[in-house]
Amino acid sequence: MVKVKIWGSLKNLADGSDYVSVTGSNFKEVIDNISLKYPGLKPQITRGVSLAVDGKIYKESWFTPINEDSEVVLMPYMQGG
Amino acid sequence: MDQITPKTTKEFKIVGTRPLRPDGIDKVTGKAMYGADLYAPNMLYGCLLRINEPHAFIESIDTSNAEQLSGVKSIVTFKDFIKINPDNKNNQILENCIANEKVLYDGHAVAAVAAVDLSTAKKALKLVKIKYKKLPFVITIEDAMKIGAPVVAIGKKNENIPDGYSDNVIQYCSFGHGNLEEGFKAAHKVIKRTFKTPSVHQGYIEPHACLASMSNDGKADLWCCTQGHFNVRSICSSIFKMDNSQLKVTASEIGGGFGGKTTVFIEPIALALSQKSGHPVKMVMSREDVFKATGPTVSSLVDVEVGMKKTGKITAARAIIRYEGGAFPNETYELGAQSAFAAYDLDAVKTEAFNVLTNRPTQAAYRAPGAPQSIYAVESVIDELCQFFNQDPLYVRILNAAKKGTKSSYGPTFDDIGLKATLEAAKNHPHYTSPLKENQGRGISCGFWFNFGGNTCVSLNINFDGTVGVVEGNPDIGGSRSSISQMAAEELGISLDKVKTVIADTNSLGHNDVTDGSRVTFSVGLATIKAAKAAKKELCKRASKLWGIDEDAVIWKDGYAHPAGANAGNQEPLSLEDIAKVSSQTGGPIAGHYEVNADGAGVSFGVHLVDIETDMETGHSKIIRYTVFQDAGKAIHPSYVEGQMQGGSVQGIGWALNEEYIYSSDGKLQNPGFLDYRIPVASDLPMIDPVILEIPNPGHPYGVRGVGETSIVPPLAAINNAVSRATGIRFTELPLSPPRVLKAILNKQ
Repeated sequence: MVKVKIWGSLKNLADGSDYVSVTGSNFKEVIDNISLKYPGLKPQITRGVSLAVDGKIYKESWFTPINEDSEVVLMPYMQGG
Repeated sequence: MDQITPKTTKEFKIVGTRPLRPDGIDKVTGKAMYGADLYAPNMLYGCLLRINEPHAFIESIDTSNAEQLSGVKSIVTFKDFIKINPDNKNNQILENCIANEKVLYDGHAVAAVAAVDLSTAKKALKLVKIKYKKLPFVITIEDAMKIGAPVVAIGKKNENIPDGYSDNVIQYCSFGHGNLEEGFKAAHKVIKRTFKTPSVHQGYIEPHACLASMSNDGKADLWCCTQGHFNVRSICSSIFKMDNSQLKVTASEIGGGFGGKTTVFIEPIALALSQKSGHPVKMVMSREDVFKATGPTVSSLVDVEVGMKKTGKITAARAIIRYEGGAFPNETYELGAQSAFAAYDLDAVKTEAFNVLTNRPTQAAYRAPGAPQSIYAVESVIDELCQFFNQDPLYVRILNAAKKGTKSSYGPTFDDIGLKATLEAAKNHPHYTSPLKENQGRGISCGFWFNFGGNTCVSLNINFDGTVGVVEGNPDIGGSRSSISQMAAEELGISLDKVKTVIADTNSLGHNDVTDGSRVTFSVGLATIKAAKAAKKELCKRASKLWGIDEDAVIWKDGYAHPAGANAGNQEPLSLEDIAKVSSQTGGPIAGHYEVNADGAGVSFGVHLVDIETDMETGHSKIIRYTVFQDAGKAIHPSYVEGQMQGGSVQGIGWALNEEYIYSSDGKLQNPGFLDYRIPVASDLPMIDPVILEIPNPGHPYGVRGVGETSIVPPLAAINNAVSRATGIRFTELPLSPPRVLKAILNKQ
């Protein structure tokens, strides 16, 4: 299982916890499984999210490998100016 | 101007030098082609009818009289566009370009005319009859959030909005960790303040301009000034339900963007006018249009609470940030919330952010969107705490600085970051200990930005004469063509004058994300280096054929193919030019390509030091000295990096001291022009002294980070802190214009 930290305002949509645990070995599997296991988070995931894996932010790379001991943080979809 | 470069940095020959800019002569002689410089045979001129009401229901639009005017060739309203899903983001972009059922802000366009000349088009606009019913409106964040406030748009609320707010509060987020209650209890002093920042405009000198040519068979060409022509294609092809391949978008030279040209404002309108008339249509915005109908920044209302021990250690920090960005949703609020406390290593921290709809123009990105506002508030409170405890503000920032292993306030744990080195550089700089005179104050602020990568394609072609053409797809808004050429020359081992980089149109290269997020030198540079490596591989292969040895027995070094060792032979090395000249005979043209959705841009921190002198009789604040310290990663062309650091600083100075959107009580913008909206000019400023810290980014082959955005973040708080220290009055609202400062001085007296 991969432990994913979610940001504060999503807690109430995911059992009130700071973390969700899902199976998955890459970006896409983790995101897909969060949507399946926590339907309340699906609207946000549809709007767009990034993942920080061991401190590095990934915007879209589906096949970024994720290990069970990786630090994984769900983040809003990033954009700049 | 200084550079601080760690000894571990890779040795370069061309990267890190300061060649003349390749576009310089064209730009200073007027030869460069900007958006308004393009003409086509039988071209029409398009212009928009704007309604000067903040909120109104459109009852009818009668264009019949305008259509009868000689020289008018086409008129369009929202109804002329194909209906697409109202929740589709591109529909919202279109509704911002031209109103659907409601006028949502002062200056919202409702109809467009194309005619044989501009004078006829403007005459026709006067003949369009609009019937509308004025609606109640909201301009300020405070008013828009209240229960019972006029609702700007129904049905936009996300699912996670807390109770107790009007339907204008549509987006909410929170970030953080730790026990705030315990953290605040442990503090010797807690300061809580509320801060306000106004909307400001990016202030690019070139107004938006485009030339569209669309035929009835569904094919179209579009030339425009933009930060991302592939994005223009995506938006416009979605609006017109066209295949991407049928819309070719070419980016002109660009006279500034700073985030404001990452979307479209007139391009779909010009396409529709062209489609309807069968002629090319050119549209150029006036400065008033730019102020009224293109995106300024969000404005903000921020509560910040910070607890500190008398040692200077921060024990807890909290921010509640409210942004308004006009009539449509945006993502800026999330970025601002994540950035607020990013510079600090905190055990207990929480940021919440709301996005609120108002009857104001739709915000667009502006360098590090959202971060200047939130960090201004945070850095101002930290400075006040430093004053309270009589602590050195740099010492306190070093004591609390985020570092490798810090759990960031927005979630991830930081890897190698350069904040402490940047703060130490500021501490050791002579500016920090130079004496101040009467009525002068010194301000300091940290700044932060994420920096991004993104979709990038590069094609690198070896010409038969041994020169090299690099083809990339990101409009050059900050000197990227030079930097990309430098990286290509470095990697290939050839002289810079052999390389030319051009920006391709959307039919000539794969998709490239917008020039934003400080991404181009990082991402396009990375792709260029990889493309050069691919070309070098092919060059070695050709040399192996010429020498009749195995491909693996050839290496590339300093611009030449060499036998890998004594066993491979003792052939004379072949230069890139030698191999290129016979490439037709050895297998055909040689090129390298690289396509990537790049990650690993690496976050960037900056520290700004400013000395201000405030005239206690007029309230005018003058910048005496300004020094910028920034962790830029490897500076490919240091002059351009310094230019980014100086330019961002100057824009931040304008934001802090003068710039603001001013609305009257009837919801109308009062200062849509540079006479009444004052951006800094050269005579307002001393030399901005940049100090580049070259802490390499491990995620890039040459150590590049983004540099374009961080520099606009610290000036707001640095100047606020300097003026507050100069006057002995803590300010909590920008801009610190003479009337505001003088009023506070008189109140104090």
